[in-house]
Amino acid sequence: MSKRTIEVELSTSGLDAQGRPQRVPLVTNDGGTAVALEPPPSLEPDIEGEHMLINIGPQHPATHGVLRLVLELDGETVVRCIPHIGYLHCGFEKIGEYRQYNQIICWTDREDYLNSIGNNVTFALGAERLFGIEITERCKVLRVIACELSRIMSHLVWLGTFCIDIGAFTPFLWAFQRREEIYRLIEKWVGARLTTTATRVGGMAADIPSGWMDGLRQFTRTFPHTLDEIDRVLTRNAIWVGRTVGLGVMTPEEAVNWGLSGPMLRASGVDYDVRKDFPYLDYETYDFEVPVGTNGDVYDRYLVRFEEMRQSVRILQQAADRLPDGPVNIDDPRIILPPKSKATSEMESMIHHFKVVMEGPRPPIGESYVANESPKGEKGYYMVSDGTAKPVRWRIRPPSFVNLAAIPKMVEGHLLSDVIAINASIDIVMGEIDR
Amino acid sequence: MQTGSSAPGGPPVTQKNLPHRGGEANPSARALQNKYASGIKRVEVIWGETVVYIEPGLVHDAIRWLHDDPQQRYDFLSDVTAVEYRDAEVPIEVVWHLRSLPYRRFLRIKAQIPKGAPLEIESVYDIYRAADWLERECYDMFGIRFRGHPDLRRLLMWESYKEGFPLRKDFPLRGRFSRSEQLRQALAQNPEARYSMEELSIADAFAELPEDMRERLNKGERTGE
Repeated sequence: MSKRTIEVELSTSGLDAQGRPQRVPLVTNDGGTAVALEPPPSLEPDIEGEHMLINIGPQHPATHGVLRLVLELDGETVVRCIPHIGYLHCGFEKIGEYRQYNQIICWTDREDYLNSIGNNVTFALGAERLFGIEITERCKVLRVIACELSRIMSHLVWLGTFCIDIGAFTPFLWAFQRREEIYRLIEKWVGARLTTTATRVGGMAADIPSGWMDGLRQFTRTFPHTLDEIDRVLTRNAIWVGRTVGLGVMTPEEAVNWGLSGPMLRASGVDYDVRKDFPYLDYETYDFEVPVGTNGDVYDRYLVRFEEMRQSVRILQQAADRLPDGPVNIDDPRIILPPKSKATSEMESMIHHFKVVMEGPRPPIGESYVANESPKGEKGYYMVSDGTAKPVRWRIRPPSFVNLAAIPKMVEGHLLSDVIAINASIDIVMGEIDR
Repeated sequence: MQTGSSAPGGPPVTQKNLPHRGGEANPSARALQNKYASGIKRVEVIWGETVVYIEPGLVHDAIRWLHDDPQQRYDFLSDVTAVEYRDAEVPIEVVWHLRSLPYRRFLRIKAQIPKGAPLEIESVYDIYRAADWLERECYDMFGIRFRGHPDLRRLLMWESYKEGFPLRKDFPLRGRFSRSEQLRQALAQNPEARYSMEELSIADAFAELPEDMRERLNKGERTGE
């Protein structure tokens, strides 16, 4: 083996001493002369100008459930978004046609499961309009407390998961800690955490236990501190602002025309809140503000939801102060069950109990649509009765279904990584969308 | 945008002690009767909610007018749905829930599709974009075709679902087929069919598709009907 000496010029690799790109002859031809090599054909196809189809979900942590988005990408920019839903569809509306009114209430827990107690209240209000019932004053205040607690609960879940989607972890832990306190309160009241089934047609499943109000007051006193902490960490954080401002903008006219409701609509500057514009449960007698955004982007949605939690605390404090004594349920033996102690000891009460449970209360022929400001937007229940104990039609107007329908409009033209932020800002619950 | 800025009277209050029938009707119902005369079949007030029954052919015009007229301004479409009654003699109703945010009004429009007539009605997609998924869901569940909807595909059920329309009263609660038959059909599905025809028309992977899908695409097939 002969030895060769190779002279190496000391320079950056690939450049000659003058700093020009170096052409290195890599092969020799048959005669032994060094020749430059043609660049090899690229293994990667030339994808410039070609659109790529990518699929997110249905099993992806950032889609908040079983949402599937098919995205057409030009480089990193979304050109088109085709959402697919229905993976959780289980026919709630069909099942409702085979159930009595009080039996449907437990189905309302399972659709928007972050706002289950609020759905119970909405359904009970709709059914009570169909029956022509006026509920008691104490029941009204208890239902307001239930609605506002579940609004805070739902917004806390939204806030925590939104932070995780964007990359912040700490506020998630703070939010879920406080959410746990609300769940403990709810559990003390109705015995369940998530699937509450707290209302009945004409009243509530149970009155609050003694000492419960102290727990609520303790919560409303301490909760604003947590909000202040999260506010300090997020609201003026440069990364947070950079990831959220200017994304998914909807103008007021577009937002109304696309049927957005709730914080999504108010972030665009339309001050439509069912509690103010079509009040129920005497919401007009409570002193609270409706926060409204200006730009209609993801950041404004964050600000609106954040302020809504503070306003809910105000409503809770007022409700705790005004809670009147008196019965929770109306006094109508055709609709309300007798006390359990009597039903197991007196023959008449047992027959009464049996008849109400087996035959079910019957509303007159008619229909009602009652909407409620759920944390996601206008949640409505439309019920049609033909005079029997089961509704002919039970329709859920799901706010996050209509809000999600605008996602192609919101994500098109944005980057792939922004799709996650925009999707999180809609605050979807797939249980409600698919039903 | 201030809602309720044009509403007469003071701030709205919770409605109480609503009568079953009768009571004050939404003024828009009277305005519709003046405008469309015989096209408005009847107006009812049930539990304080005004229901206007309109001739099916006129619904689109009437909703367009309600949306555009400066005295009505029904700018918010809450819901589009349908009702089928247990009594087979009663026609299927298509229901629109409209809100006027400036005037704080709520109106329910109903169109009864006569027995025997095809289940078709004009889409309001060109007036409200909110109608997009609401009408698709209504088609998916009831089989009502909305004429003029640009993309009337199944929404909650999958594209190749062939059992019919689940919320119709003749559809059994547990589905048309036995559990074993449903399982057999699910297993017979092409597991490669992950994308819809529309999506595949975007894709460059055409050559790698299964033979039957390429044939369907070549035939110009776009939906799984």
